[in-house]
Amino acid sequence: MSDERMKQVSTLRRIMIRPELGAISGTILVFVFFLMIAGDSGMFAPQGIQNWSVVSAQFAIIAVGACLLMIAGEFDLSVGSMIGFAGILIAILSVQWGWPTWISILVAFAICVSIGALNGFLVIKTGLPSFIVTLAFLYILRGLTIWLSILTTQKTVIGGVRKAAEGDWLAPVFGGKILTGLFQWMGDHGWIETFSRGTRAGQPVVEGIPMLIIWALGLIIFGQWLLTRTRFGNWIFASGGDAQAASYVGVPVNRVKILMFMFTAFCACVFATSQVMEFGSAAADRGLLKEFEAIISVVIGGALLTGGYGSVVGAALGALIFGVVQQGLFFSGAESSLFRVFLGTILILAVILNTYIRRIITGER
Amino acid sequence: MTQPIIEMKDIEKHFGPVIALGGVSFDVCPGEVHCLLGDNGAGKSTFIKTMSGVHKPTSGTILFEGREMHFDSPRDAMAAGIATVYQDLAMIPLMSVTRNFWMGNEPVRKIGPFRMMDFARANRVTMEEMAKMGINLREPNQAVGTLSGGERQTVAIARAVYFGAKVLILDEPTSALGVRQTSNVLATIDKVRKGGIAVVFITHNVRHALAVGDRFTVLNRGKTLGTARRGEITPEELQDLMAGGQELAQLESSLGGTV
Ligand SMILES: Nc1ncnc2c1ncn2[C@@H]1O[C@H](COP(=O)(O)OP(=O)(O)O)[C@@H](O)[C@H]1O
Ligand SMILES: [Mg+2]
Repeated sequence: MSDERMKQVSTLRRIMIRPELGAISGTILVFVFFLMIAGDSGMFAPQGIQNWSVVSAQFAIIAVGACLLMIAGEFDLSVGSMIGFAGILIAILSVQWGWPTWISILVAFAICVSIGALNGFLVIKTGLPSFIVTLAFLYILRGLTIWLSILTTQKTVIGGVRKAAEGDWLAPVFGGKILTGLFQWMGDHGWIETFSRGTRAGQPVVEGIPMLIIWALGLIIFGQWLLTRTRFGNWIFASGGDAQAASYVGVPVNRVKILMFMFTAFCACVFATSQVMEFGSAAADRGLLKEFEAIISVVIGGALLTGGYGSVVGAALGALIFGVVQQGLFFSGAESSLFRVFLGTILILAVILNTYIRRIITGER
Repeated sequence: MTQPIIEMKDIEKHFGPVIALGGVSFDVCPGEVHCLLGDNGAGKSTFIKTMSGVHKPTSGTILFEGREMHFDSPRDAMAAGIATVYQDLAMIPLMSVTRNFWMGNEPVRKIGPFRMMDFARANRVTMEEMAKMGINLREPNQAVGTLSGGERQTVAIARAVYFGAKVLILDEPTSALGVRQTSNVLATIDKVRKGGIAVVFITHNVRHALAVGDRFTVLNRGKTLGTARRGEITPEELQDLMAGGQELAQLESSLGGTV
């Protein structure tokens, strides 16, 4: 028997009604806006594109972690502090202690991922909201970072990381660039801009694609695949949608949540390592407020703050919006304080649209 | 006469000082609907949770297929073939019907080194199983939140049956439903019974119980007042039992002297 009240789902509607619609609309809006006000400012020349895509990629790396964790029903407010912590750790190990950079990086990853696991473990064992537990770690990790940094170097900024990393095999995986040959070749043919004088004359202004962008793309593809195509992805949705219902049918909710805390920490560490390798230094105050920027990207991307619903691609677009707006206002010469006004407006608009779409999709009332 | 598939003997369950169950005995046979009735707070949910491995009984024995069983988790009970559709948390409304249907049992397909969920198969089976229960889905990836309460219960029941439940426990599946949806769910229960599955149907609605039940057990403040067969008891008598058993003496004969 077929229900006569069921409306035929039109193809257009099926294409339009998706969790990422708010983020897609926001992205289009933002690009149109900046093409109009900053189209001839160099924002869309190769160097400009590299500029905002690197910033967006940074947001995206932590947004992917935050997105999967939020869908699994938890928050991590310690991401920003962890970025500072991981950076200082790498700098102390490689510069102060003289360890090989690759060992320093791997140790930093191991420690951060363990702290992620500890976060998850405490949330599960105490039953406290992750909001509170990770807020504690926001302070603990930031405090430890500053203390460690002062203790070993009497400073809160540690330089010399790039020098220590010379010839290292792992450092370029985070701080290097790829396709440099291709960009040189394009420069030689005059297709992209090259330096006309100085020591780098003849070299392309944009040397290649920063590994940071590759990491971002890799994490986005991995996150989207994991969430939408695998059994584990179904467990992520289920754990955040209703942890008890999920565990009754045998979903290992605790394991899923702890693994997502570890993945978030992993993403924070990728961010930190890339930043340290790019700047050649670590600073104890790096990563400030990054946890909120990650959460905002995720929410613009259509995820539900209470868990069980969201999209990695949406979160990545949220990060793109974030990066383009931040750098775009710089290119257009607008007041940088307007960044916040603009961002707040986009956040509200996207969330209103997202809520509307989600109600259609999920039948929420 | 068929053997009971599950037999609960003198089950007690204490929560600290609270005695939620004070010695309840109950059994159910394959192909039978055994209704568990009782007012709110009578201990119905607590009782079936000891049956499905959520709670460990403080004392008493559970025989499953004639052997004594100790379920350490709902997973154990499920593996043995005891499936439960809970009153409040049957389904996750934000997730699609397919994702809900396969939750915890996702089919996996290997492509090269990657293990992915087999959505083609998952979607096809979900549509088929729902159709068997009389529900034609618009599309398998529509969210459960867009279904009516009765349809949600039916997804949960279809899921339990598909994954080989021998005992299906339904905790107040009809309590939040309208008339039409209730009759759909009752019809589904009847289909499940005809498939040879033992059904434990919890309700506080006497009419719903009498519509499909083969046997009736009433719980009152954590104690059972005995079990009656279909035809041995009138709706009024059941109602009285639920309300506290004022007519106890009068009913003693019809309940086989187990009071
Ligand atoms: N986990 C628990 N801890 C303490 N008391 C409980 C718990 N679960 C149930 N109870 C108590 O046991 C009694 C029976 O509850 P329940 O089985 O939910 O009743 P019903 O399902 O028949 O409405 C109630 O008094 C309830 O407060
Ligand atoms: Mg109950």
